[in-house]
Amino acid sequence: MRPGLAHDILDLTSEHLILVLTAMAIACAIGVPLGILLTRRARWRAPVLGVANILQTIPSLALFGFLIPLPLIGGIGPRTAIVALVVYALLPILRNTLAGILGVDGAVRESATAMGMTPAQILREVELPLAARTILAGIRIATVTTIGTATIAAAIGGGGLGVFIFRGVASVDTVQILAGAVPAALIALISDGGLGWIERKFSA
Amino acid sequence: MRGRRKGQVGDLPYHQVNQVLRFSKVGYRVNGREVLRDLTFEVEKGQTLVLLGRSGSGKTTALKMVNALLTPTSGEVSVEGRATIEWNPIELRRRIGYVIQETGLFPHFTVAANVGVVPRLNGWPQERIAARVDELLTRVGLPSKEFGQRYPRELSGGQRQRVGVARALAADPPILLFDEPFGALDPVTRHEVRREYTALARDLGKTTLFVTHDVREALELGDRIGLLASGRLEELLPVNEFRRAQSAEASAFLECLSSDQNN
Repeated sequence: MRPGLAHDILDLTSEHLILVLTAMAIACAIGVPLGILLTRRARWRAPVLGVANILQTIPSLALFGFLIPLPLIGGIGPRTAIVALVVYALLPILRNTLAGILGVDGAVRESATAMGMTPAQILREVELPLAARTILAGIRIATVTTIGTATIAAAIGGGGLGVFIFRGVASVDTVQILAGAVPAALIALISDGGLGWIERKFSA
Repeated sequence: MRGRRKGQVGDLPYHQVNQVLRFSKVGYRVNGREVLRDLTFEVEKGQTLVLLGRSGSGKTTALKMVNALLTPTSGEVSVEGRATIEWNPIELRRRIGYVIQETGLFPHFTVAANVGVVPRLNGWPQERIAARVDELLTRVGLPSKEFGQRYPRELSGGQRQRVGVARALAADPPILLFDEPFGALDPVTRHEVRREYTALARDLGKTTLFVTHDVREALELGDRIGLLASGRLEELLPVNEFRRAQSAEASAFLECLSSDQNN
Protein backbone atom coordinates (compact mmCIF):
# COMPACT_ATOMS: atom_id res chain seq x y z
CA MET A 1 0.00 0.00 0.00
CA ARG A 2 1.17 3.48 -0.89
CA PRO A 3 1.94 5.82 2.01
CA GLY A 4 -0.99 8.06 2.85
CA LEU A 5 -3.49 6.03 0.86
CA ALA A 6 -5.37 4.85 3.95
CA HIS A 7 -5.60 8.42 5.14
CA ASP A 8 -6.89 9.59 1.77
CA ILE A 9 -9.48 6.83 1.74
CA LEU A 10 -10.84 8.00 5.08
CA ASP A 11 -10.95 11.63 3.98
CA LEU A 12 -12.64 10.97 0.68
CA THR A 13 -15.06 8.48 2.19
CA SER A 14 -16.26 11.06 4.69
CA GLU A 15 -16.59 13.62 1.87
CA HIS A 16 -18.59 11.05 -0.03
CA LEU A 17 -20.86 10.36 2.92
CA ILE A 18 -21.48 14.06 3.45
CA LEU A 19 -22.44 14.46 -0.21
CA VAL A 20 -24.84 11.53 -0.05
CA LEU A 21 -26.39 12.39 3.30
CA THR A 22 -26.92 16.05 2.38
CA ALA A 23 -28.44 15.15 -0.97
CA MET A 24 -30.70 12.49 0.58
CA ALA A 25 -31.87 14.80 3.36
CA ILE A 26 -32.84 17.45 0.82
CA ALA A 27 -34.43 14.90 -1.54
CA CYS A 28 -36.57 13.47 1.29
CA ALA A 29 -37.52 16.94 2.49
CA ILE A 30 -38.79 17.74 -1.01
CA GLY A 31 -39.93 14.32 -2.23
CA VAL A 32 -42.10 13.12 0.67
CA PRO A 33 -44.15 16.34 1.11
CA LEU A 34 -44.46 16.72 -2.67
CA GLY A 35 -45.64 13.10 -2.91
CA ILE A 36 -48.23 13.72 -0.20
CA LEU A 37 -49.38 16.85 -2.01
CA LEU A 38 -49.76 14.88 -5.23
CA THR A 39 -52.09 12.38 -3.51
CA ARG A 40 -54.40 15.37 -2.88
CA ARG A 41 -54.03 16.89 -6.36
CA ALA A 42 -54.76 14.21 -8.92
CA ARG A 43 -54.42 16.69 -11.76
CA TRP A 44 -50.80 17.55 -10.95
CA ARG A 45 -49.68 13.94 -10.78
CA ALA A 46 -48.96 13.24 -14.43
CA PRO A 47 -47.08 16.51 -15.15
CA VAL A 48 -44.95 16.40 -11.97
CA LEU A 49 -44.07 12.71 -12.38
CA GLY A 50 -43.37 13.41 -16.06
CA VAL A 51 -40.83 16.10 -15.21
CA ALA A 52 -39.20 13.90 -12.55
CA ASN A 53 -39.03 11.07 -15.09
CA ILE A 54 -37.36 13.23 -17.73
CA LEU A 55 -34.81 14.54 -15.22
CA GLN A 56 -34.05 10.94 -14.32
CA THR A 57 -33.21 10.07 -17.94
CA ILE A 58 -30.52 12.75 -18.33
CA PRO A 59 -27.14 10.97 -18.26
CA SER A 60 -25.52 11.85 -14.95
CA LEU A 61 -22.28 13.22 -16.33
CA ALA A 62 -24.28 15.45 -18.68
CA LEU A 63 -26.49 16.70 -15.83
CA PHE A 64 -23.43 17.68 -13.78
CA GLY A 65 -22.16 19.49 -16.86
CA PHE A 66 -25.46 21.29 -17.49
CA LEU A 67 -25.51 22.62 -13.94
CA ILE A 68 -22.07 24.23 -14.02
CA PRO A 69 -23.06 27.41 -15.90
CA LEU A 70 -26.25 27.99 -13.87
CA PRO A 71 -26.28 30.86 -11.37
CA LEU A 72 -26.78 30.15 -7.64
CA ILE A 73 -27.08 26.36 -7.86
CA GLY A 74 -24.29 25.93 -10.43
CA GLY A 75 -20.56 26.36 -10.53
CA ILE A 76 -17.74 24.02 -9.59
CA GLY A 77 -17.79 22.14 -6.29
CA PRO A 78 -19.87 20.05 -3.92
CA ARG A 79 -22.92 22.35 -4.01
CA THR A 80 -23.56 21.68 -7.69
CA ALA A 81 -22.97 18.00 -7.13
CA ILE A 82 -25.57 17.92 -4.37
CA VAL A 83 -28.14 19.59 -6.63
CA ALA A 84 -27.61 16.94 -9.27
CA LEU A 85 -27.83 14.13 -6.74
CA VAL A 86 -31.09 15.53 -5.36
CA VAL A 87 -32.56 15.60 -8.85
CA TYR A 88 -31.78 11.89 -9.26
CA ALA A 89 -32.99 10.85 -5.83
CA LEU A 90 -36.31 12.67 -6.14
CA LEU A 91 -38.18 10.34 -8.50
CA PRO A 92 -38.08 7.10 -6.47
CA ILE A 93 -39.00 8.94 -3.27
CA LEU A 94 -41.81 10.83 -4.95
CA ARG A 95 -43.18 7.79 -6.73
CA ASN A 96 -43.12 5.54 -3.67
CA THR A 97 -44.70 8.16 -1.40
CA LEU A 98 -47.51 8.51 -3.89
CA ALA A 99 -47.93 4.77 -4.37
CA GLY A 100 -47.76 4.06 -0.64
CA ILE A 101 -50.46 6.53 0.30
CA LEU A 102 -52.73 5.77 -2.64
CA GLY A 103 -52.35 2.09 -1.80
CA VAL A 104 -54.01 2.48 1.60
CA ASP A 105 -57.23 0.43 1.66
CA GLY A 106 -60.20 2.62 0.75
CA ALA A 107 -62.34 1.07 3.51
CA VAL A 108 -59.72 2.03 6.09
CA ARG A 109 -59.58 5.61 4.86
CA GLU A 110 -63.37 5.81 4.71
CA SER A 111 -63.81 4.57 8.25
CA ALA A 112 -61.14 7.02 9.46
CA THR A 113 -63.12 9.83 7.84
CA ALA A 114 -66.40 8.52 9.19
CA MET A 115 -64.96 8.39 12.72
CA GLY A 116 -64.45 12.12 12.55
CA MET A 117 -60.71 12.24 11.95
CA THR A 118 -59.48 15.47 10.41
CA PRO A 119 -57.49 15.19 7.16
CA ALA A 120 -54.29 15.91 9.14
CA GLN A 121 -55.10 13.13 11.62
CA ILE A 122 -55.83 10.71 8.79
CA LEU A 123 -52.47 11.54 7.22
CA ARG A 124 -50.52 11.25 10.46
CA GLU A 125 -52.25 8.28 12.06
CA VAL A 126 -53.41 6.22 9.11
CA GLU A 127 -51.90 7.07 5.75
CA LEU A 128 -48.26 7.71 6.67
CA PRO A 129 -47.89 4.70 9.01
CA LEU A 130 -49.47 2.39 6.45
CA ALA A 131 -47.40 3.86 3.61
CA ALA A 132 -44.17 3.94 5.66
CA ARG A 133 -42.82 0.71 4.28
CA THR A 134 -43.27 1.72 0.65
CA ILE A 135 -41.88 5.21 1.28
CA LEU A 136 -38.82 3.72 3.00
CA ALA A 137 -38.30 1.38 0.07
CA GLY A 138 -38.17 4.45 -2.20
CA ILE A 139 -35.65 6.12 0.10
CA ARG A 140 -33.53 2.97 0.14
CA ILE A 141 -33.44 2.71 -3.65
CA ALA A 142 -32.62 6.41 -3.93
CA THR A 143 -29.84 6.14 -1.34
CA VAL A 144 -28.12 3.22 -3.03
CA THR A 145 -28.30 4.94 -6.42
CA THR A 146 -27.03 8.20 -4.96
CA ILE A 147 -23.99 6.51 -3.40
CA GLY A 148 -22.99 5.27 -6.86
CA THR A 149 -23.84 8.45 -8.72
CA ALA A 150 -21.96 10.57 -6.19
CA THR A 151 -18.67 9.20 -7.54
CA ILE A 152 -19.26 11.36 -10.62
CA ALA A 153 -19.29 14.47 -8.42
CA ALA A 154 -15.50 14.44 -8.62
CA ALA A 155 -15.78 15.36 -12.31
CA ILE A 156 -17.00 18.83 -11.33
CA GLY A 157 -14.82 19.24 -8.28
CA GLY A 158 -17.38 17.89 -5.83
CA GLY A 159 -14.92 15.58 -4.11
CA GLY A 160 -15.77 12.18 -2.68
CA LEU A 161 -14.56 8.71 -3.63
CA GLY A 162 -14.91 9.57 -7.31
CA VAL A 163 -11.63 11.50 -6.96
CA PHE A 164 -9.80 8.16 -6.69
CA ILE A 165 -11.66 6.69 -9.61
CA PHE A 166 -11.05 9.60 -11.99
CA ARG A 167 -7.42 9.81 -10.90
CA GLY A 168 -7.00 6.07 -11.35
CA VAL A 169 -8.62 6.08 -14.80
CA ALA A 170 -6.42 8.98 -15.91
CA SER A 171 -3.22 7.29 -14.74
CA VAL A 172 -4.31 3.73 -15.54
CA ASP A 173 -3.83 2.83 -11.86
CA THR A 174 -6.05 -0.05 -10.77
CA VAL A 175 -5.19 0.41 -7.11
CA GLN A 176 -6.50 3.98 -7.21
CA ILE A 177 -9.70 2.89 -8.98
CA LEU A 178 -10.27 0.17 -6.40
CA ALA A 179 -9.54 2.60 -3.56
CA GLY A 180 -12.59 4.56 -4.78
CA ALA A 181 -14.83 1.74 -5.96
CA VAL A 182 -14.53 -0.68 -3.04
CA PRO A 183 -15.46 1.79 -0.25
CA ALA A 184 -18.33 3.13 -2.41
CA ALA A 185 -19.64 -0.40 -2.92
CA LEU A 186 -19.30 -1.14 0.80
CA ILE A 187 -21.21 2.00 1.77
CA ALA A 188 -23.94 1.05 -0.70
CA LEU A 189 -24.22 -2.48 0.66
CA ILE A 190 -24.31 -1.33 4.29
CA SER A 191 -26.94 1.34 3.54
CA ASP A 192 -29.05 -1.14 1.61
CA GLY A 193 -28.90 -3.64 4.45
CA GLY A 194 -29.56 -1.07 7.17
CA LEU A 195 -32.44 0.65 5.42
CA GLY A 196 -33.89 -2.73 4.45
CA TRP A 197 -33.85 -3.73 8.10
CA ILE A 198 -35.68 -0.55 9.13
CA GLU A 199 -38.16 -1.16 6.32
CA ARG A 200 -38.98 -4.63 7.62
CA LYS A 201 -39.60 -3.15 11.07
CA PHE A 202 -42.54 -1.37 9.49
CA SER A 203 -44.12 -4.47 8.05
CA ALA A 204 -47.11 -4.28 10.42
CA MET B 1 -85.69 28.99 7.00
CA ARG B 2 -82.55 27.05 7.82
CA GLY B 3 -81.34 29.66 10.27
CA ARG B 4 -84.67 29.66 12.05
CA ARG B 5 -84.75 25.92 12.41
CA LYS B 6 -81.23 25.90 13.73
CA GLY B 7 -82.03 28.48 16.37
CA GLN B 8 -85.31 27.00 17.46
CA VAL B 9 -84.74 23.32 17.95
CA GLY B 10 -85.93 23.68 21.54
CA ASP B 11 -89.27 25.17 20.48
CA LEU B 12 -90.13 22.54 17.91
CA PRO B 13 -93.00 20.20 18.69
CA TYR B 14 -91.97 17.04 20.52
CA HIS B 15 -92.36 14.67 17.59
CA GLN B 16 -90.02 16.77 15.46
CA VAL B 17 -87.27 16.94 18.04
CA ASN B 18 -87.67 13.21 18.36
CA GLN B 19 -86.87 12.71 14.70
CA VAL B 20 -83.18 12.13 15.03
CA LEU B 21 -82.70 11.47 11.31
CA ARG B 22 -84.78 13.03 8.62
CA PHE B 23 -84.53 12.74 4.83
CA SER B 24 -86.66 15.25 2.96
CA LYS B 25 -86.99 14.83 -0.79
CA VAL B 26 -83.40 13.72 -1.03
CA GLY B 27 -81.99 13.18 -4.50
CA TYR B 28 -78.51 12.24 -5.58
CA ARG B 29 -77.20 12.53 -9.08
CA VAL B 30 -73.72 11.65 -10.21
CA ASN B 31 -72.44 11.97 -13.79
CA GLY B 32 -76.00 12.44 -14.99
CA ARG B 33 -77.14 9.19 -13.38
CA GLU B 34 -79.87 9.42 -10.80
CA VAL B 35 -78.88 7.26 -7.83
CA LEU B 36 -81.55 8.45 -5.41
CA ARG B 37 -84.81 10.19 -6.06
CA ASP B 38 -87.23 11.95 -3.78
CA LEU B 39 -86.27 10.00 -0.69
CA THR B 40 -88.32 11.01 2.35
CA PHE B 41 -88.34 9.26 5.69
CA GLU B 42 -87.38 9.81 9.28
CA VAL B 43 -86.03 7.71 12.10
CA GLU B 44 -87.21 8.44 15.60
CA LYS B 45 -85.05 8.38 18.64
CA GLY B 46 -84.08 4.87 19.67
CA GLN B 47 -85.66 3.29 16.60
CA THR B 48 -84.06 1.13 13.94
CA LEU B 49 -84.93 1.67 10.32
CA VAL B 50 -83.63 -0.94 7.92
CA LEU B 51 -83.06 0.14 4.34
CA LEU B 52 -83.58 -3.00 2.30
CA GLY B 53 -82.77 -3.27 -1.38
CA ARG B 54 -80.86 -5.03 -4.12
CA SER B 55 -77.29 -4.12 -5.01
CA GLY B 56 -77.31 -0.75 -6.73
CA SER B 57 -80.64 0.33 -5.26
CA GLY B 58 -78.96 3.34 -3.63
CA LYS B 59 -79.15 2.21 -0.01
CA THR B 60 -75.46 2.71 0.75
CA THR B 61 -75.54 6.11 -0.92
CA ALA B 62 -78.41 7.12 1.35
CA LEU B 63 -76.54 5.88 4.41
CA LYS B 64 -73.42 7.86 3.57
CA MET B 65 -75.44 11.05 3.49
CA VAL B 66 -76.12 10.80 7.20
CA ASN B 67 -72.47 11.14 8.19
CA ALA B 68 -71.78 13.58 5.36
CA LEU B 69 -69.52 11.24 3.39
CA LEU B 70 -71.86 12.26 0.58
CA THR B 71 -73.99 15.37 0.17
CA PRO B 72 -77.44 15.24 -1.44
CA THR B 73 -77.66 16.99 -4.79
CA SER B 74 -81.25 17.93 -3.98
CA GLY B 75 -83.34 17.91 -0.84
CA GLU B 76 -81.94 17.77 2.65
CA VAL B 77 -80.78 15.28 5.24
CA SER B 78 -81.01 16.48 8.79
CA VAL B 79 -79.52 14.99 11.91
CA GLU B 80 -80.88 15.99 15.30
CA GLY B 81 -82.84 18.77 13.65
CA ARG B 82 -79.93 20.30 11.78
CA ALA B 83 -79.14 19.86 8.09
CA THR B 84 -75.95 17.88 7.49
CA ILE B 85 -74.52 20.74 5.42
CA GLU B 86 -74.83 23.02 8.44
CA TRP B 87 -72.97 20.65 10.74
CA ASN B 88 -69.24 20.76 11.11
CA PRO B 89 -68.59 17.35 9.48
CA ILE B 90 -66.03 16.34 12.12
CA GLU B 91 -68.45 17.10 14.96
CA LEU B 92 -71.30 15.34 13.16
CA ARG B 93 -69.24 12.20 12.54
CA ARG B 94 -68.12 11.96 16.15
CA ARG B 95 -71.81 11.57 17.07
CA ILE B 96 -72.33 8.70 14.65
CA GLY B 97 -70.99 5.15 14.88
CA TYR B 98 -70.31 3.58 11.49
CA VAL B 99 -69.86 -0.11 10.72
CA ILE B 100 -69.14 -1.36 7.21
CA GLN B 101 -68.78 -4.78 5.66
CA GLU B 102 -65.01 -4.52 5.17
CA THR B 103 -64.80 -3.31 8.81
CA GLY B 104 -62.15 -0.72 7.92
CA LEU B 105 -60.21 -1.62 11.06
CA PHE B 106 -56.79 0.01 11.18
CA PRO B 107 -54.39 -2.83 10.36
CA HIS B 108 -51.50 -1.14 12.21
CA PHE B 109 -53.47 -0.65 15.44
CA THR B 110 -54.11 -3.35 18.03
CA VAL B 111 -57.69 -4.37 18.69
CA ALA B 112 -57.71 -2.23 21.84
CA ALA B 113 -56.29 0.79 20.00
CA ASN B 114 -58.86 0.34 17.23
CA VAL B 115 -61.73 0.38 19.69
CA GLY B 116 -60.26 3.35 21.55
CA VAL B 117 -59.80 5.61 18.53
CA VAL B 118 -62.81 7.89 18.85
CA PRO B 119 -62.57 8.27 22.66
CA ARG B 120 -58.91 9.21 22.15
CA LEU B 121 -59.82 11.73 19.44
CA ASN B 122 -62.38 13.14 21.86
CA GLY B 123 -59.62 13.62 24.41
CA TRP B 124 -60.72 11.12 27.05
CA PRO B 125 -58.13 10.40 29.75
CA GLN B 126 -56.13 7.17 29.33
CA GLU B 127 -57.76 5.23 32.20
CA ARG B 128 -61.25 6.04 31.00
CA ILE B 129 -60.41 4.85 27.48
CA ALA B 130 -58.91 1.63 28.83
CA ALA B 131 -61.97 0.97 30.99
CA ARG B 132 -64.32 1.63 28.08
CA VAL B 133 -62.34 -0.61 25.74
CA ASP B 134 -62.41 -3.40 28.34
CA GLU B 135 -66.14 -3.03 28.80
CA LEU B 136 -66.94 -3.09 25.09
CA LEU B 137 -64.62 -5.93 24.16
CA THR B 138 -66.11 -8.04 26.94
CA ARG B 139 -69.54 -7.11 25.67
CA VAL B 140 -68.84 -8.35 22.14
CA GLY B 141 -67.28 -11.53 23.50
CA LEU B 142 -63.60 -10.70 22.91
CA PRO B 143 -62.20 -10.11 26.41
CA SER B 144 -59.40 -7.59 26.17
CA LYS B 145 -57.01 -9.66 28.22
CA GLU B 146 -57.00 -12.21 25.42
CA PHE B 147 -57.72 -10.10 22.34
CA GLY B 148 -56.81 -6.49 23.19
CA GLN B 149 -53.18 -6.70 22.07
CA ARG B 150 -53.80 -8.65 18.88
CA TYR B 151 -53.83 -7.09 15.44
CA PRO B 152 -56.87 -7.30 13.15
CA ARG B 153 -55.10 -9.71 10.79
CA GLU B 154 -54.85 -12.19 13.68
CA LEU B 155 -58.65 -12.36 14.01
CA SER B 156 -61.31 -14.28 12.12
CA GLY B 157 -63.86 -12.43 10.00
CA GLY B 158 -66.53 -12.69 12.69
CA GLN B 159 -64.15 -11.42 15.37
CA ARG B 160 -63.10 -8.50 13.19
CA GLN B 161 -66.74 -7.61 12.67
CA ARG B 162 -67.34 -7.69 16.44
CA VAL B 163 -64.39 -5.34 16.92
CA GLY B 164 -65.93 -3.09 14.27
CA VAL B 165 -69.17 -2.94 16.25
CA ALA B 166 -67.27 -2.27 19.50
CA ARG B 167 -65.32 0.51 17.82
CA ALA B 168 -68.51 2.16 16.54
CA LEU B 169 -69.99 2.09 20.05
CA ALA B 170 -66.86 3.29 21.83
CA ALA B 171 -67.68 6.95 22.34
CA ASP B 172 -71.35 6.11 23.00
CA PRO B 173 -72.67 7.94 19.92
CA PRO B 174 -76.44 8.52 19.82
CA ILE B 175 -76.66 7.38 16.20
CA LEU B 176 -75.43 4.20 14.51
CA LEU B 177 -75.06 3.44 10.82
CA PHE B 178 -74.56 -0.10 9.55
CA ASP B 179 -73.72 -0.96 5.97
CA GLU B 180 -74.16 -4.71 5.42
CA PRO B 181 -72.00 -5.31 8.46
CA PHE B 182 -72.47 -9.06 8.45
CA GLY B 183 -72.49 -9.52 4.68
CA ALA B 184 -69.05 -11.07 4.35
CA LEU B 185 -69.49 -13.67 7.09
CA ASP B 186 -70.34 -17.33 6.61
CA PRO B 187 -73.99 -18.15 7.39
CA VAL B 188 -73.35 -19.66 10.82
CA THR B 189 -71.10 -16.87 12.07
CA ARG B 190 -73.44 -14.39 10.51
CA HIS B 191 -76.34 -15.75 12.47
CA GLU B 192 -74.34 -15.69 15.71
CA VAL B 193 -73.02 -12.16 15.32
CA ARG B 194 -76.46 -10.94 14.33
CA ARG B 195 -78.06 -12.49 17.39
CA GLU B 196 -75.48 -10.88 19.66
CA TYR B 197 -75.94 -7.61 17.89
CA THR B 198 -79.73 -7.75 18.30
CA ALA B 199 -79.35 -8.21 22.04
CA LEU B 200 -76.85 -5.38 22.21
CA ALA B 201 -79.03 -3.05 20.16
CA ARG B 202 -82.04 -3.70 22.37
CA ASP B 203 -80.02 -2.78 25.45
CA LEU B 204 -78.51 0.35 24.01
CA GLY B 205 -81.54 1.95 22.41
CA LYS B 206 -79.56 3.83 19.76
CA THR B 207 -81.11 5.48 16.77
CA THR B 208 -80.03 3.20 13.96
CA LEU B 209 -80.02 3.15 10.20
CA PHE B 210 -79.18 -0.31 8.93
CA VAL B 211 -78.55 -1.20 5.30
CA THR B 212 -78.91 -4.76 4.03
CA HIS B 213 -80.01 -6.86 1.07
CA ASP B 214 -81.05 -9.70 3.35
CA VAL B 215 -84.79 -9.63 4.00
CA ARG B 216 -84.48 -11.97 6.99
CA GLU B 217 -81.95 -9.64 8.58
CA ALA B 218 -84.28 -6.72 7.91
CA LEU B 219 -87.23 -8.44 9.59
CA GLU B 220 -85.11 -9.49 12.54
CA LEU B 221 -83.40 -6.19 13.26
CA GLY B 222 -85.73 -3.43 12.14
CA ASP B 223 -88.56 -1.58 13.78
CA ARG B 224 -89.45 -0.40 10.34
CA ILE B 225 -88.31 -1.36 6.86
CA GLY B 226 -87.74 1.00 3.97
CA LEU B 227 -87.60 -0.85 0.69
CA LEU B 228 -85.46 0.84 -1.94
CA ALA B 229 -85.65 0.02 -5.64
CA SER B 230 -83.73 1.96 -8.28
CA GLY B 231 -83.14 4.84 -5.91
CA ARG B 232 -86.77 5.23 -4.83
CA LEU B 233 -88.51 4.29 -1.65
CA GLU B 234 -91.06 1.63 -2.63
CA GLU B 235 -92.31 0.81 0.84
CA LEU B 236 -91.87 2.28 4.29
CA LEU B 237 -93.62 0.05 6.78
CA PRO B 238 -93.39 -1.34 10.29
CA VAL B 239 -91.90 -4.83 10.21
CA ASN B 240 -95.21 -6.62 10.76
CA GLU B 241 -96.91 -4.82 7.94
CA PHE B 242 -93.95 -5.35 5.65
CA ARG B 243 -94.59 -9.09 5.81
CA ARG B 244 -97.91 -8.43 4.07
CA ALA B 245 -96.65 -5.82 1.60
CA GLN B 246 -98.04 -6.23 -1.90
CA SER B 247 -95.72 -4.30 -4.23
CA ALA B 248 -93.78 -6.30 -6.79
CA GLU B 249 -90.40 -5.55 -5.22
CA ALA B 250 -91.61 -6.38 -1.70
CA SER B 251 -93.09 -9.65 -2.96
CA ALA B 252 -89.81 -10.50 -4.64
CA PHE B 253 -87.97 -10.08 -1.34
CA LEU B 254 -90.63 -11.91 0.71
CA GLU B 255 -90.63 -14.74 -1.77
CA CYS B 256 -86.92 -15.38 -1.27
CA LEU B 257 -87.71 -15.56 2.43
CA SER B 258 -90.26 -18.36 2.00
CA SER B 259 -88.06 -20.26 -0.47
CA ASP B 260 -85.27 -20.07 2.14
CA GLN B 261 -87.51 -21.62 4.74
CA ASN B 262 -88.46 -24.53 2.52
CA ASN B 263 -84.85 -25.52 2.13
